[in-house]
Amino acid sequence: MPPAFKSIATLSQELKNGEVSSRQLVEQAVARIDTLNPELNAVVCLEADQALANADQADAKRAKGEHSPLLGIPMLHKDIFCTQGMRTTCGSKMLADFVPPYDATVVQKLKDAGMINLGKCNMDEFAMGSSNETSVFGACKNPWDVTRVPGGSSGGSAVAVASGMVPFATGTDTGGSIRQPAALCGITGLKPTYGRVSRYGMIAFASSMDQAGPMAHSAQDCALVLNAMAGHDPLDSTCDNTPVPNYHQTLDHPITGLRIGVPKEFFSSHLNTEVATAIDTAVRELERAGATVKAVSLPSTDLAVSTYYVIAPAEASANLSRYDGVRYGYRCEAPSDLQDLYFRSRTEGFGAEVKRRILVGTFTLSAASYDQYFMKAQQVRRLITQEYDSVLNEVDVIAGPAAPNTAFALNDTSKSITDMYMEDVFTIGANLAGLPAISLPAGLVNGLPVGLQLIGQRFGEAQLLNVAHQFQSCTDWHTRRPTLEAVR
Amino acid sequence: MHWEMVMGLEVHLQLATHSKIFSSSSTQFGAEVNTHTNPLDMALPGTLPVLNHEAVTLAIVFGLGIGAEIGKVSRFDRKNYFYPDLPKGYQISQFFEPIVKEGIFDVPLEDGSTFSVRILRAHLEEDAGKSVHDAIPAHTGIDLNRAGTPLLEVVTEPDFRTAEQVIAYLKALHALVTYLGISDGNMSEGSMRCDVNISLRPKGESAYGTRTELKNINSFRFIERAIHVESQRQQDLLEAGQTVTQETRLFDPDRDETRAMRSKEVANDYRYFPDPDLLPIVIDDATIEDIRASLPELPMAKRLRYTEALGLSNYDANLLTQDRATAEFFEVVAKTSENPKSAANWVLGDVSAALNKEGISMSDAALSAIDLATLIVRIDDNTLSSKMAKDVFDALWQGETDVDSIIDRKGLKQVSDSGALEVIIDALISENAAQVEQYRVADEGKQKKLIGFFVGQAMKASKGQANPQLLNQLLKEKLG
Repeated sequence: MPPAFKSIATLSQELKNGEVSSRQLVEQAVARIDTLNPELNAVVCLEADQALANADQADAKRAKGEHSPLLGIPMLHKDIFCTQGMRTTCGSKMLADFVPPYDATVVQKLKDAGMINLGKCNMDEFAMGSSNETSVFGACKNPWDVTRVPGGSSGGSAVAVASGMVPFATGTDTGGSIRQPAALCGITGLKPTYGRVSRYGMIAFASSMDQAGPMAHSAQDCALVLNAMAGHDPLDSTCDNTPVPNYHQTLDHPITGLRIGVPKEFFSSHLNTEVATAIDTAVRELERAGATVKAVSLPSTDLAVSTYYVIAPAEASANLSRYDGVRYGYRCEAPSDLQDLYFRSRTEGFGAEVKRRILVGTFTLSAASYDQYFMKAQQVRRLITQEYDSVLNEVDVIAGPAAPNTAFALNDTSKSITDMYMEDVFTIGANLAGLPAISLPAGLVNGLPVGLQLIGQRFGEAQLLNVAHQFQSCTDWHTRRPTLEAVR
Repeated sequence: MHWEMVMGLEVHLQLATHSKIFSSSSTQFGAEVNTHTNPLDMALPGTLPVLNHEAVTLAIVFGLGIGAEIGKVSRFDRKNYFYPDLPKGYQISQFFEPIVKEGIFDVPLEDGSTFSVRILRAHLEEDAGKSVHDAIPAHTGIDLNRAGTPLLEVVTEPDFRTAEQVIAYLKALHALVTYLGISDGNMSEGSMRCDVNISLRPKGESAYGTRTELKNINSFRFIERAIHVESQRQQDLLEAGQTVTQETRLFDPDRDETRAMRSKEVANDYRYFPDPDLLPIVIDDATIEDIRASLPELPMAKRLRYTEALGLSNYDANLLTQDRATAEFFEVVAKTSENPKSAANWVLGDVSAALNKEGISMSDAALSAIDLATLIVRIDDNTLSSKMAKDVFDALWQGETDVDSIIDRKGLKQVSDSGALEVIIDALISENAAQVEQYRVADEGKQKKLIGFFVGQAMKASKGQANPQLLNQLLKEKLG
């Protein structure tokens, strides 16, 4: 394995053995970002000097005998996490100059665990998109084929890991924003149970579904980082205080007798047939490893996308009201009055997709359409949640595709807005139901990665990671790397 | 035509918590602008509200205080509108499921009767900041110190027919919340703000007329005046065959008129929806019972006890229970002196006058209730005449303590020893033989005047220390 593509587990061992220093890892990462980023556009903020200083501190700690698994490992944060003193844009002109005076809880926790943050990753504006094309910094490109999208909204994070810039990046997932780009870029991405990881300092899109999670090369790496990310936070009322298990400890449990449910609705006309074949093969692999597979049904799957696109924009329309040009963020030139200040600051500061969702959300919450849209969507959400819960009473894990296709072309004008929304058709259910879900590499179709999605029981991250690790113990899809010929 | 006023009230009470409802910033009034703020109060991206449970407890205390049903599960909702002093672009409030549900609040009227107001609901919400128009030339500044201060909005049914009822309700509400200690009720600092919904209808009609809303009036006097002015304006419109427009109006005390603020037709659709950042407030019965057990005696119960057990008049009982500090002071005086009527007279008379003179309230007064009680005891045991008592009271008010040592030091002891008084009286009788003779032949009226003369002389001779009652009695005997 070339050094740039090594996993956290490997790097951690090498650091412990003194084969490499954190400073060297950070220098390599910075060099690789300098080489690859002009083409890939995955990183939108790089603070190399600070990172090197922190790496030296980590090396000093190692020298004193401290060997926590994440100490000195380089990483990047999705630009949705507030980083104290480091610009945080959320991919938007609205926050182009915003420097938070505080760290998000996730940022703080990973800092406490000794990880070295190098900077921030590109993303769809305010996490609204499935292609990373709505970013104010422009599109980010898929390292497997630079004419294609990496998926979104955590596109930059997926590309940074997939291209070997860093072994780990944070992502957030509201409707599939960790799992879909992980699938399209051939990495492993976990969206934890809603409430497992604190949302404090994570810029809100749809508060009832937003959840932060790890994006890395393997389930093992995700487990190592989730150990540090998860846990109760008094600053987030929706953050659960269920005890955090050691996710790494249960990775090697055999999966004999594991019950896997495959929902027939996931193999609908939305799904590319070659992707379907790859997923089918992957599920059979799990069966060979000892799992039992049965067909299950999630009848309301087709309603998930429309339900999500009522609830998420509604919450977003309120969450984004604070960007009004009054206290911070973008303000238009020479406003003539208050109305003009609001109108032009928001018109000029937000991109088209963000404005579209604010308008949709404002509409669905309005007195005249509340019952018909928002209330109805909440009812359907409960129905979908019940369906998932009832299936998860019969099986331990639900398996299916993470995305209906492999990576699609950049600037594909034939793709309508609703086509784009359908990218999330298989991922949205877990967000609506608040369940943990992971996407892991499960094949290549025409040289492009395919992601297998596993959805688990509430707070069942340990089991998901266990199953994913067992899959990765008998397959090598997660070790496949893009050649990056077009870049070098 | 005879018109009937119909009014409903919305009162915003600032809850007396130490920190804001969703952040740890202080709620103290009067700080330098934007010093009681943190990233959440400024609605920086990524910040999240965390409920201050002190506010919940105070809301429950209020609910129990008016005998209302407490919502076992209540929720927070977002009320969306844009305004520069509203940092998030929405206010966190309770729209769908308030913490306090229906209740009945009995308001005492001066004649001793009560007037029942139906409380529709009371809900928790956060206050907005405020715009500052005079700090920066040609600009409007925003002060977010107040943003996030916990409010309890108390909404009544349209049960009010007169301005007097409105004022009586507000005074009783003020008394209740200060009693309960859930709000300082300070109107000038905005701790208690009142919106009045007002409409007119022909007397006898049951349907309501179109209402206007008078917003944020900050004194009892202005509220009374605003109601008068607005009802007159509506009456003039209706009598001229015109219609009242549903709108929000502001009362301008300088011009003694109300002015339209914004029309409801163009007003915001607030797009209320459940706030996904906050969990429902779930309150169990045990919590409610714990809070109920900790409630102080409420004004209504106190009034009843004062009239029935202590024998006070309705009027006095009302006055004494207007604020908790006064009532508690009175109770110590009444109990220690064992003379409730005298205690009431002192508290409502000399104490109240002294407070007014200094412009302070009972809770700020240095006077000790025990001292005042001792003073009353010394009147009752004839140590002090009422005139002497006033001197002692003045000394107490000036900060002296211990009634008996004041009496000693001032040599104020009343002479109630009949032997000593008889000596004085015998001397007077022998010195004023003519008056004694006149007395013996005079009619009742004349006798009274002559007694007055002797009392005066005896007082003079005793340097003002003779017990007047005893003096009277002895004189009558000796002159008789």
